[in-house]
Amino acid sequence: MQVWREPEGKRVSKMNHNLFLNITSYFTDGIPRIPLGRWTDQTIEFLQANCRESTQAISDFLEIVIKGLQEGLISVPPLLAILLVALIAWKLAGRKIAIFSLLGLLFIWNIGLWDVTLQTLAMVLVAVFMCILLGVPLGILIAKNETFYRIIAPVLDFMQTLPAFVYLLPAIPFFGLGVVPAVITTLIFAMPPIIRLTYLGLIQVPEELLELGKSFGSTFFQMLLKIELPLARSTIMAGINQCIMLSLSMVVIAAMIGAKGLGGVVWTAIQTLNMGMGFEAGVAIVILAIILDRITSSLGKS
Amino acid sequence: MAKLIINNLTKIYGNSPEKALEFMDKGCTNSEIRQETKQVVGVRNVSFSVKEGESFVIMGLSGSGKSTLIRCINLLIKPTRGEILIDNEDVTRISSDRLMHLRRKKMSMIFQKFALLPNRRILDNVAYGLEVQNLSRIQRYEKAREAISLVGLQEWEDAYPHNLSGGMQQRVGIARALANDPDILLMDEPFSALDPLIRQDMQDDLLALQEKLHKTIIFITHDLDEALKIGDNIALMKDGVIVQSGAPEDILLSPASDYVARFVENINWTKALTASSVMVKPRVVIYPKDGPMTALRIMEKHGISSLFVVNRSAHLLGYVTADGAYNAVENGIKQLDGIIQKDMPVSAPDTVLSDLLEVMANTKIPLAVVNEDNELKGVLVRGSVIAGLAGARREAGE
Repeated sequence: MQVWREPEGKRVSKMNHNLFLNITSYFTDGIPRIPLGRWTDQTIEFLQANCRESTQAISDFLEIVIKGLQEGLISVPPLLAILLVALIAWKLAGRKIAIFSLLGLLFIWNIGLWDVTLQTLAMVLVAVFMCILLGVPLGILIAKNETFYRIIAPVLDFMQTLPAFVYLLPAIPFFGLGVVPAVITTLIFAMPPIIRLTYLGLIQVPEELLELGKSFGSTFFQMLLKIELPLARSTIMAGINQCIMLSLSMVVIAAMIGAKGLGGVVWTAIQTLNMGMGFEAGVAIVILAIILDRITSSLGKS
Repeated sequence: MAKLIINNLTKIYGNSPEKALEFMDKGCTNSEIRQETKQVVGVRNVSFSVKEGESFVIMGLSGSGKSTLIRCINLLIKPTRGEILIDNEDVTRISSDRLMHLRRKKMSMIFQKFALLPNRRILDNVAYGLEVQNLSRIQRYEKAREAISLVGLQEWEDAYPHNLSGGMQQRVGIARALANDPDILLMDEPFSALDPLIRQDMQDDLLALQEKLHKTIIFITHDLDEALKIGDNIALMKDGVIVQSGAPEDILLSPASDYVARFVENINWTKALTASSVMVKPRVVIYPKDGPMTALRIMEKHGISSLFVVNRSAHLLGYVTADGAYNAVENGIKQLDGIIQKDMPVSAPDTVLSDLLEVMANTKIPLAVVNEDNELKGVLVRGSVIAGLAGARREAGE
């Protein structure tokens, strides 16, 4: 049986310690232990001590933007907003989705989750907007530069597979509680598909079309704007669609650090074992997800 | 004057081309170089020159280096060594700004798979080269429309590439290249992806366009029939080297190596040979001053039933038949004028045999070959055509 050795060398059965890894211990079974956990703590402490001001500035700015958007959305009369969304859905995704949007959103309004749904939507929109702002240029960068690709590809794997809770915690000392750390963690979780699919879309542009651009004397940016990005458009749109879906699922998890919204309702329901309330909020999330998914995926096709 | 001169051009693929160059200069073969240095020779010491307004065809099988060669000319591929002189300017040594200028103004490329942008209308595809030059919308559409009308697609300018057939798509490719009004057209197997019948139409149209525009054309193909039809001069490539170059008929009739001969043996000779290469000298003709009696006597002596009538400067006037001459003698007519018939088919010296076979099958008299001034250059009789075909095949090594 595996045993943990305390610094004093006292043998303790794993049974008592399997939930709490003692990251301060120096040895495991007499072999020096690599102190990854302590290094992480120290790094975060260092960053906290030295970058606090800049993170505070980012945090303040984001807070204003997110809160502003939330209040802006909530100030629109619900029925008007619902009709507007249905119209947009009709224009972009067809009649079926329009009807679904209309009924779905009316239902959300009816069960009294309209305002919290808009809070969630605002966070998703800000997170997705920032993902696009950072992710598309990063995707272009790694498509154009092999070295950057080799550096960034493993980072993307890391971002996507590291359990969300692990970076939910360190976000708190930097950005406090509330919507900002929620959006930041959502950003980390939802950005990889945009980067990857932008990269994929660009490297899939046929060689002959690249030759066409070069042979007619295009500059680097003419190639990018007139040939590569238009051809990669539907792939990049698929990335944005994935990003929205992941944002939505992350925004719910982020309710644990005070993000409110639909996730907040689910979180409260879990804590109070209120199954009915949890289910209602869950259904509202699904409706929001379906509407966002259908509208954005139709953008990629047209 | 030479528009394009290529001097000792070499392209080596790999990360240490210097080593490969060393081996190459020692005379190693391409496969030896690959074994020794892991470098691949794409083009090996190629030199040729193309005159202004000439159509120069580079032909070879896949892997012969022809695509690499054409891409070196506009530096899509950077050559390892050698010179490329366009109007006496070595493009391998120019700045990137200057190169961009040349690509925009002086040479345009036409691609095997058309390379049209699927998200753009035909008009915007054709205007692409003008758009990157930052011309105003009005200016570029005006020029693009001109180019589109040259290839006869006026009605399609608002369509998208996927609405068009392959042949039409390549017309768009040609229009796009012409819209920049370049001096040089680089055509990389432009018709290889098309059906045989469409391909022939496109070749005819290209020849008609060239008649009007007199561009300098570098044309890549793997099809000898196409090379013979398009090229004023042809270079045959194998393993990165030009194995033979010259006028089409020189290559056909005196292939320089077994490789060329093998290429040549499968071609459709009736398309390769022109009237002038199989015609016989018009040894027996008659002049207008001679009478019907003379005509009859000549025909009797040579065992033929008709005679071409020419004037002193060898201009073809018509022909007389034995029947016509006989009737004239019977009726006491002394002059040929009245019995000269003019309703005969004639051929130009550069017409290919395939276009003449049917004509020959339908006339009783031999076919006269005349030049643009209507001078009688030769005569095609069935025997000479068959002999010409047989001779060509024999010389080609069969």
